[in-house]
Amino acid sequence: MAYALQQLINGISLGMIYGLIAVGYTMVYGIIGMINFAHGDVFMIGAFVALIALLLLQLGGVMDGTAAILLMLLASVAVTALYGWTVERVAYRPLRGSFRLAPLISAIGLSIVLQNYVQVSQGARVKPVEAVLRGGVEVFREGDFAVQLSYMQMLIIGTTLAALAAFTILVTRTPLGRAMRACEQDRKMAALLGIDTDRTISLTFVIGAALAAVAGTMYLLRYGVIDFYIGFLAGVKAFTAAVLGGIGSLPGAVLGGLLIGLIETFWSAYFSVQYKDVAAFSILVLTLIFLPTGLLGRQEVEKV
Amino acid sequence: MSAEQSPLLELDAVSAGYGPVQALSAVSIRVMPGEIVTLIGANGAGKSTLLMTICGDPKPRSGRVLLAGTDIAGLPTHAIMRQGLAQSPEGRRVFPRMTIRENLLMGAETLAEGGDRSAQLDQVFTLFPRLRERLAQRAGTLSGGEQQMLAIGRALMSRPRLLLLDEPSLGLAPLVVRQIFGAIRDLNGKTGLTVLLVEQNANLALRLAHRGYVLVNGRIAMEGTGAELLARPEVRDAYLGGGAPLPPPLPADGPNPA
Ligand SMILES: Nc1ncnc2c1ncn2[C@@H]1O[C@H](COP(=O)(O)OP(=O)(O)OP(=O)(O)O)[C@@H](O)[C@H]1O
Ligand SMILES: [Mg+2]
Repeated sequence: MAYALQQLINGISLGMIYGLIAVGYTMVYGIIGMINFAHGDVFMIGAFVALIALLLLQLGGVMDGTAAILLMLLASVAVTALYGWTVERVAYRPLRGSFRLAPLISAIGLSIVLQNYVQVSQGARVKPVEAVLRGGVEVFREGDFAVQLSYMQMLIIGTTLAALAAFTILVTRTPLGRAMRACEQDRKMAALLGIDTDRTISLTFVIGAALAAVAGTMYLLRYGVIDFYIGFLAGVKAFTAAVLGGIGSLPGAVLGGLLIGLIETFWSAYFSVQYKDVAAFSILVLTLIFLPTGLLGRQEVEKV
Repeated sequence: MSAEQSPLLELDAVSAGYGPVQALSAVSIRVMPGEIVTLIGANGAGKSTLLMTICGDPKPRSGRVLLAGTDIAGLPTHAIMRQGLAQSPEGRRVFPRMTIRENLLMGAETLAEGGDRSAQLDQVFTLFPRLRERLAQRAGTLSGGEQQMLAIGRALMSRPRLLLLDEPSLGLAPLVVRQIFGAIRDLNGKTGLTVLLVEQNANLALRLAHRGYVLVNGRIAMEGTGAELLARPEVRDAYLGGGAPLPPPLPADGPNPA
């Protein structure tokens, strides 16, 4: 019981990270109808920028945990958002309107470039960092087993919720959010209503990348080790989350992320840690076969 | 020449198309401020392409598009639309997953953020009371005619100086069509709204419009006042069903499976 509760906490905090990345997949898919396969690597870049920021802060003598985390987040979001913008400009925009496979190839190419760039510039070695935030609270005790909610997990859950809340307000309440929804539903018509669709698409990539940067920073803080390959694994899992939730659905992405995080955690806890990645891949395959529209995906009932 | 006599919109030898398709060839038209001008023509003549070319999608291959004397050809669509144009396009193109209210508000997106939209909303609801009854319904679930009303209403929300309407009568009951045409005339009379109207229903359109153009295979074939065009035998024959032979009667024993 206590052990399961602990897994639940671990699963949620991991799932929130996947959810943040999944939102980026689903947003871009919604607006340009294409999977941004470089998105996992954007997350990886976010983690590396956070790492570099942390090392610089430690060099500079900033040791206060909260300040360090805030500065890492800021640096990571800023640099990664710029990456997101560049990805769209370089890899996607020139191919808009060409055959459907072209941007896909471009995305995979870009993903390889980003991975190799980081591998060469940062080295292929796994990067460990010291924990910035230690300790936690004991939630519950059963015999010898204490269920812990670490400060780090609280930070992850809190930050993720805050990022998602800000993002929800942006999409539902602001002109940019309206422009995004309009472009998603009918880009040509959006332009006829005076919406700058190119700018809207750029900003969609930027926002998706910013959320991935938050996820990357949280990942670094939580796990303490990163390498140039984390983008691929996390990317596939977040993509699975987006598909499971229903690609194109924002609440679906978060729900899917939570489910993947929980499934992976429980799978590792009760079956096999070695095969934990297999769980996510299996879910992707099963979802695609049996539930292609996902849990919250839309049933196409509209008249056209 | 006084300011009032210079056209609000002028197309000067505009050609446009899609890839290998040449849809418009050296089209020149003028729309004066306060005028209702209609464009009639057979299916595929290039009417919708003409309205879309004015909006920069597709961009003209040659020629000039002058809005109040300034060449807007080559500008991106959103920049053109922000100069006081609005279009209710072919196929209605309402946002299916937005409510009626959200769709209408999208029409006012070019106006200053946070402004009061209630006057425009009221105007639309006066025209189409049906829309008021369904404010929170998703546009994708509206009937075809209701979507058409919504598309026209949305185009009015930005208080355009030039309104482009692509077949507003399509899919609407005759009573509603008359109502819409009456509304266009009213708006034109009361507010001086300038309208460029594409219509299949040439009879109604030519009665409503001050002037009209006939488009044949991407070229302007005729122009004149509504009354002049209505009186022309070529127009009557081709667009008003004047000389068209009636289809043969159906066999008495129902459809032939052939
Ligand atoms: N997106 C497109 N790609 C290629 N060709 C197109 C496209 N849109 C229109 N055309 C072609 O351009 C020509 C003019 O089409 P357009 O839609 O302007 O005609 P229309 O006069 O509006 O016809 P209708 O009365 O049927 O609406 C047609 O030959 C059509 O096939
Ligand atoms: Mg047409």
